[in-house]
Amino acid sequence: MKRYSALSLFREGLRAHRGWQPAWTKARPKPAYDAVVVGGGGHGLATAYYLARIHGINRVAVLEKGWIGGGNTGRNTTVCRSNYFYPESVALYDLALRLYEGLSRELNYNIMLSQRGMLIAAHTPAQMEICNRIANAMQLNNVDGKLMGPEEAAARVPLINTGPDARYKLMGGIWQGRAGTARHDAVAWAYARAASALGVDIIEGCEVAGIDVQNGAVAGVETTFGPIRTERLGLAAAGATPGLTAHVGVDLPIHDYALQAFVSEPVKPCLDTVLLYLGTGTYVSQSDKGELVFGGGLDRVPTHGQRGNLPVQEAVTAGLLEMFPAFGQLRLLRQWAGVVDVVPDSSPLIGPVGPSGLHINCGWGTGGFKAIPAGGWLLSHLMAKGEHHEISRPFDLDRFARGRLIDEAAGSGIAH
Amino acid sequence: MQHFPCPFCGLRNETEFHFAVEAGHSRPEPAERVSDAEWAAYLYANKSPKGESREVWLHLSCGEYFILSRDTVTRAVLGSVTLPGVTR
Ligand SMILES: Cc1cc2nc3c(=O)[nH]c(=O)nc-3n(C[C@H](O)[C@H](O)[C@H](O)COP(=O)(O)OP(=O)(O)OC[C@H]3O[C@@H](n4cnc5c(N)ncnc54)[C@H](O)[C@@H]3O)c2cc1C
Ligand SMILES: [Zn+2]
Repeated sequence: MKRYSALSLFREGLRAHRGWQPAWTKARPKPAYDAVVVGGGGHGLATAYYLARIHGINRVAVLEKGWIGGGNTGRNTTVCRSNYFYPESVALYDLALRLYEGLSRELNYNIMLSQRGMLIAAHTPAQMEICNRIANAMQLNNVDGKLMGPEEAAARVPLINTGPDARYKLMGGIWQGRAGTARHDAVAWAYARAASALGVDIIEGCEVAGIDVQNGAVAGVETTFGPIRTERLGLAAAGATPGLTAHVGVDLPIHDYALQAFVSEPVKPCLDTVLLYLGTGTYVSQSDKGELVFGGGLDRVPTHGQRGNLPVQEAVTAGLLEMFPAFGQLRLLRQWAGVVDVVPDSSPLIGPVGPSGLHINCGWGTGGFKAIPAGGWLLSHLMAKGEHHEISRPFDLDRFARGRLIDEAAGSGIAH
Repeated sequence: MQHFPCPFCGLRNETEFHFAVEAGHSRPEPAERVSDAEWAAYLYANKSPKGESREVWLHLSCGEYFILSRDTVTRAVLGSVTLPGVTR
């Protein structure tokens, strides 16, 4: 693998960029692997990378039915943060954020992590009390977070609607300075490149259609390229995971919904933080290209189609204009949706299921981009050692039978 | 905007409806012999089918639950009926 550097960029600039190599090798499947990961999104690619880098398991394949990063990893609005409520969640998401903070250097790939801070804006005294509670919880969990008052909050988002007809007045909210955004494709490509350099086979256009089980243990998978043998299988297929575990008779507590995102035409810098408005449920940030990237709640109709419906488009866009009337002049450039795997307690499912040798990492729903390094770290640990890492233990599927839900929707009241 | 058929009110705007649960979950009995795992499966486990799906929906406007059959990929509505034992 050739290293990227300012010098290499300069050198290639002088010779018409003829010296670049493909970032990862397009592999054909071998008959058997020490470990197979299904799903070439961020979580699957990170899993393969950490299997090779940390656990020394290099005969690994990532099987992706489409192209890597073509699922939710390439469709999300890239908000990274760890402002959760429960200690279990903070341990998980802050592991991810800490890994993200060193990732560009570790992988020699600019993932464009921009820790521009995030404001969750409140509008009523009751909401401010809840924000205070979450800020306190964050501090107890040793994560940077604080309650922000109205003046400081208004200064963070200068164009916010303060007019007499504003439906939701900005009272302040929770601030996390380490939160921000990163470049989604770059995260997928960086992990793919680093994994490929360590010998991982990244196989695109390869759909897994069945799981072979012998004597209660995983023996391999059926794919569009034929059978592949492995005794260690990891599923990181987001909304498609329930369809895969169905092959081994396991039903998951997952509903699949479409989540939409929107991008405006680019404008000059006008918003240098991530903003979530509790009143409208719309959140927004400005990309480096100047586009406003925004989204809101789920479509309320369960679906596997990667398309959004109109009522939510209307609600999210109306929400943005309520927050920033000036944005009413902008045109929408693009709109799309991804199929997100929503769990009743809004926390992921990480751990063993069904036959021995099978592990899942899914249920990230509307908020798993920020978790990619941790999801990969934990699934690779499970696949290599056959047991939980202490951070993934609470997220085992068994929490539903044990009544130990980690209800972040109720705890921190926020999606994404 | 999509329109969903309520068996009681006819075609109405999708925003009037609320998805409740996949159809076919039946409560395990008797309670004292139901294990934690069986109870959790009853409460939480889904098929999340890709394609044809039978679901229980609530029409918020009239307050009635009913069964809606849909294709979860195309979102086409395949039909709607009242819950078993419910007459119009
Ligand atoms: C519009 C939108 C906005 C979002 N915003 C945010 C945000 O701001 N912050 C945040 O943290 N999260 C956000 N999310 C959530 C986030 O995108 C996901 O949780 C995360 O990307 C999940 O990563 P993944 O690797 O698990 O799944 P994916 O990236 O979806 O990867 C799964 C892969 O599995 C493949 N696959 C499926 N079935 C098979 C099969 N049978 N065989 C082989 N391959 C298969 C798919 O093709 C896919 O590439 C958002 C999601 C959406 C849709
Ligand atoms: Zn009705």
